[in-house]
Amino acid sequence: MDGKSAGYWKATLGLLTKILIIWFAVSFGAGILFADALNGIHLGGYPLGFWFAQQGSIYVFIALIFYYAKKMGDIDREFDVHED
Amino acid sequence: MDLQTTIYIVVGLSFALYIGIAIWARAGSTAEFYAAGGGVHPVTNGMATAADWMSAASIISMAGLISNMGYGGGLFLMGWTGGYVLLAMLLAPYLRKFGKFTVPQFIGDRFYSKSASTVAVICLLTASITYIIGQMTGVGVAFSRFLGVSSDTGIYVGMAIVFAYAVFGGMKGITYTQVAQYIVLILAYTIPAIFISLQLTGNPIPQLGLGSNLVGQDLSLLAKLDQVVTDLGFGKYTTTTAGSTLNMFVYTMSLMIGTAGLPHVIMRFFTVPRVKDARSSAGWALVFIAILYTTAPAVAAMAKTNLIRTVTPGVVMSNADPYQAGSQIEYEKRPDWMKRWEATGLLKFEDKNGDGRIQYYNDKSEDAAFKTKAETAGWKGNELTVNADIIVLANPEIALLPNWVIALVAAGGLAAALSTAAGLLMAISAAVSHDLIKGVFKPDISEKGELMAGKISMAVAIVIAGWLGLNPPGFAAGTVALAFGIAASSLFPAIMMGIFSKKMNKEGAIAGMLAGLAVTLFYVFAHKGIFFVKGTEYLDLIGGANSFFGITPEAFGAVGALFNFIVAFVVDKVTKEPPEHIQHMVEAVRIPRGAKAVDGAH
Repeated sequence: MDGKSAGYWKATLGLLTKILIIWFAVSFGAGILFADALNGIHLGGYPLGFWFAQQGSIYVFIALIFYYAKKMGDIDREFDVHED
Repeated sequence: MDLQTTIYIVVGLSFALYIGIAIWARAGSTAEFYAAGGGVHPVTNGMATAADWMSAASIISMAGLISNMGYGGGLFLMGWTGGYVLLAMLLAPYLRKFGKFTVPQFIGDRFYSKSASTVAVICLLTASITYIIGQMTGVGVAFSRFLGVSSDTGIYVGMAIVFAYAVFGGMKGITYTQVAQYIVLILAYTIPAIFISLQLTGNPIPQLGLGSNLVGQDLSLLAKLDQVVTDLGFGKYTTTTAGSTLNMFVYTMSLMIGTAGLPHVIMRFFTVPRVKDARSSAGWALVFIAILYTTAPAVAAMAKTNLIRTVTPGVVMSNADPYQAGSQIEYEKRPDWMKRWEATGLLKFEDKNGDGRIQYYNDKSEDAAFKTKAETAGWKGNELTVNADIIVLANPEIALLPNWVIALVAAGGLAAALSTAAGLLMAISAAVSHDLIKGVFKPDISEKGELMAGKISMAVAIVIAGWLGLNPPGFAAGTVALAFGIAASSLFPAIMMGIFSKKMNKEGAIAGMLAGLAVTLFYVFAHKGIFFVKGTEYLDLIGGANSFFGITPEAFGAVGALFNFIVAFVVDKVTKEPPEHIQHMVEAVRIPRGAKAVDGAH
């Protein structure tokens, strides 16, 4: 494996790790493990932990995928492996 | 126009649309048959994926489940959407770059082994066939409830419709009918939800309505619901979990991994032109799915509120005492929709204390204070049994919406069942014609011959699916959980290791798949019987129900996946590493450049 493709893969894995941390934090973290604690805070009529479990995590998931698609496009171009 | 005629017209129009698309989108080559020619726009594919993914159960049963479970129902919402993040980042773009028609073909090529691809085919067929039984029975149920024909007739009509576009159009026909079906099902789901939200909270957007105050009250809908259900002896709506927190955690994880590993969903990403389209298309799919999945919890909570409001009007809309006899409605004065659903048997009333009024409460409550109140009020047990499916099906009637909305709900339920059934049939027939017939038995088959084989496999698969729908095995109820368990424990880890571990070899991958599958089946069968045959449960052997840290069998897929990964890495360490050219292949799969349209070359 040459340096360039090693660099590309490292950048990719770095992005994946970042996104998976947020993915985990909003669903398993805010929606499940810390839901009780967050329920003390209210978002309109929603207890916050309940909101993350039934609404919020889904919105964050969508944002994460589009962020990923955009950032991967940048990484592709930076390492010159993008499609024509 | 009466309700029945309206339903026939709306459902008839939707079927005419699907058949019209079938005539327009016929498949002339294997590339069109397996991958819709590879030129589907990412937004179009996102919409088709959403219809492919959202099954009869998502539409008809999910809101009802959440309604009964409260906060814990969030595991379905997070599990069935969070998987798309995994799919978008870990699988879809790389499989698209690999550029072949099927999932088993990737596993077979990457692990340079016919045995690996055959194991993948077996996992795929088991997962897809178990899943399809639920869809066919869903078609039958929707027909019998709305169109007044027998469930069997419904299944025959459903088979004929799917036959028209799946056999002649393959993935191409399926893609464009799924787009139409998505539009039908999302309208059917959101229109009643908008009206119900308006009526209860004055806010037309259900997602915001769920966080708003009840009309004319200074209290939010959820706070009121919490208060009312607690008064009736149920757990608090916004905090009741599904089993232990650990079980909810593992269950959510299993659904996420299973979602990402289901072959009929993965396959959809072979239809887009480029790797970058596969990435964004997953985002679009989730946008279209989220429209329904963020509405569902609103429908769930509002339908629960509406149900309790029907039975005890003053308690919900003002602050009447729920234990006063006058608070509960008299059975004779119940609304028409209750009478209609009583006729189907999905709603049952039994006047246990003979007072002529309906008492709806949790008679299994352990709360001593509540039990005293119920006893003092003269309640002799819960008198109203409500099937969870009613939550969605009766919604338009509860909200007094016009007949065409009820008709649309019928068409939407059918659209959801048919679109998922077609996607599953596609995965099944591609595995048979491409991976078994071309891959194993007759590698020199011509393109035309393979196309014909694909169409015949599709036709046979439809007949088998129909037969299973007509004669559902006793185990039908448990099967969807099994499909997720299999996808999570066998396919997802194998594909992921194939991309992210260059050194993973065939011995490791095959051992991992078999171990993940075996341990999952072992745990599920212990609870539900060997191949779901009643009486063959062996709970004693594993030390009682949910003996593995209190995890339920439905939630076990993630544990199976963990076994898969561990076994694969251990076996990989003690066997020889994969050949040089395979390691180069993995490097090529990892970068987007050089992606071409998918083809079937082995």
